Amino acid sequence: MKLPKGLGSIVGAVALFALMSISLPFMDTANAAAKYVTIKGSDTMVHLVSTWAEDFMDNHEGADISVTGGGSGTGIAAMLNGTTDICAASRQMKEQEMAMAEQKKITPVRYVVARDGIAVVVNPENPVSTLTIEQLGKIFTGAYTNWNQVGGPDKPIIVLSRESSSGTYVFFQEHVLGKKDYTTDARLMPATSAIIQATGEDAWAIGYVGLGYAVKAGDKVKMLAVKADDKAPAVVPSEETVISGEYSIARPLQMYTNGEATGTIKEFIDFCLSPTGQKIVRETGYVPVPAGK
Amino acid sequence: MARARWKDKAVKVLLTGSASTAILIVALIFLFLGNEAVPFIKSPGLGELIGGRWMPVSFQKESFGLLPLITGSLLVTFLATVIAIPFGVVGAVYISEIAGRFEREFFKPFIELLAGIPSVVIGFFGLVVLSPIVKSVFGLYSGLTALTGALLLALMAIPTIISISEDAINSVPKSYKEASEALGASRLQTIWKVTVPAALSGIVAAVMLGMGRVIGETMAVMMVTGNAAVITASPFRSVRTMTATIAAEMGEVPFGSDHYRALFWVGLVLLSMTFILVLISHRVLKRYQDRQ
Repeated sequence: MKLPKGLGSIVGAVALFALMSISLPFMDTANAAAKYVTIKGSDTMVHLVSTWAEDFMDNHEGADISVTGGGSGTGIAAMLNGTTDICAASRQMKEQEMAMAEQKKITPVRYVVARDGIAVVVNPENPVSTLTIEQLGKIFTGAYTNWNQVGGPDKPIIVLSRESSSGTYVFFQEHVLGKKDYTTDARLMPATSAIIQATGEDAWAIGYVGLGYAVKAGDKVKMLAVKADDKAPAVVPSEETVISGEYSIARPLQMYTNGEATGTIKEFIDFCLSPTGQKIVRETGYVPVPAGK
Repeated sequence: MARARWKDKAVKVLLTGSASTAILIVALIFLFLGNEAVPFIKSPGLGELIGGRWMPVSFQKESFGLLPLITGSLLVTFLATVIAIPFGVVGAVYISEIAGRFEREFFKPFIELLAGIPSVVIGFFGLVVLSPIVKSVFGLYSGLTALTGALLLALMAIPTIISISEDAINSVPKSYKEASEALGASRLQTIWKVTVPAALSGIVAAVMLGMGRVIGETMAVMMVTGNAAVITASPFRSVRTMTATIAAEMGEVPFGSDHYRALFWVGLVLLSMTFILVLISHRVLKRYQDRQ
């Protein structure tokens, strides 16, 4: 007896499929269920977190970590709804969110996994080397347009900013511009490297970049010392001053979990805080957190 | 006999079908853009688009005025065309009429190579090399200006203009030139009074196609124009083009937000402008062809 040609392969496929559907649930409980971790949240941190996840998965067989962005708010909401294991957030949870967590019987635990410092850079030829947050705000909103308004020479200020899609744009707007709009004359650069390039080239330009990039740029640009207000001391951004909190244009980057982390989730956070994890922090342009904190 | 007629019909349907695909695709693109853009009319209102302020991310009030983007694109395109025409046309005349065979063989591959350089590479060249030159030549404080963008775009339009113009000049019948020379006209007189006017329709088409490339170009302009959304006619100020706006903002915009809809309006305006450009070039071409 001969089966028609096509039928054989169909029977084979069905058998294979049946076999797979029997074996899949077993595989699930054995491996994936214990080691499948979802991380959701901050767009600023997506690059950092996914680099961590890739490195972690390379060294932990069977671990499967999925990283998605969407913004800190989205991540926090997902954690409160129990749809993500870890929430990555570039800001701390707000009071309302804490209240909501309490309602839902969720106890968010915060882990500071890295810090993000933003350096204000000018051309090395520019004699101005210290500005207050207020002065920076006025420069970037367009209230000041000449360097002589902040104690420099009589030259126009060329304002450089990131594109509005950047998280840094919004952070700078919130913390330095006092939530006011940037001047329309600000040149919006498509990448951090373009800001470094233009600042190195144009004697009277001013821009802002992540601390890691500014340090890497070396002598091409000059980092400004920033004063929180008139009386405060001028602080040059550096790993130390960002960590100590003296430098004011900085923020902690954190992960939240529901209750103390356990299992693979704990392993992952421990990995992020380990020397290897913190090396990745530096490589991706952020500031590491000191060990043991 | 009947069979041949049936074949004829089949081929005709096939050809009509493929020709109309292009029309269908254009219509669908308009439809899709419109579909995403239309809800904007209801909530923030169309009046919002006429404003002179583009500030889509704001803690105060988001503004979606398209005027700075439209004027930005127009300024860069106009400057680029003005710069590219003399180089393109004179270059084409030289290659087809004056250059010897060896020179022609030497020039043509290089011009074609220029057309093939990716725009990111040209943009990077603009950022690192051209913008400092523009800055020092014109004594500016920053090299990120409309002019820098226009120069780069002219560089990208020139190969298009040269190769199409050259085809047009080459296709001028030899008898025209012979007649002109027989009447005692010099070589230069023949070129400017006979050959170029006879090839004018092709040259105009070449310029229009060059403009088409310029207005739609994104990466190179985004890297060198500074992208400040201001309304200006000065080539020495920074401008923000429509293409750069879409490219820079579309990636991170929240789906379905006013900002998202506004970006589709930018796309719609851009598409309409290219559409009108093509229509005009058709008219111009037709008029010259009729006159001949």
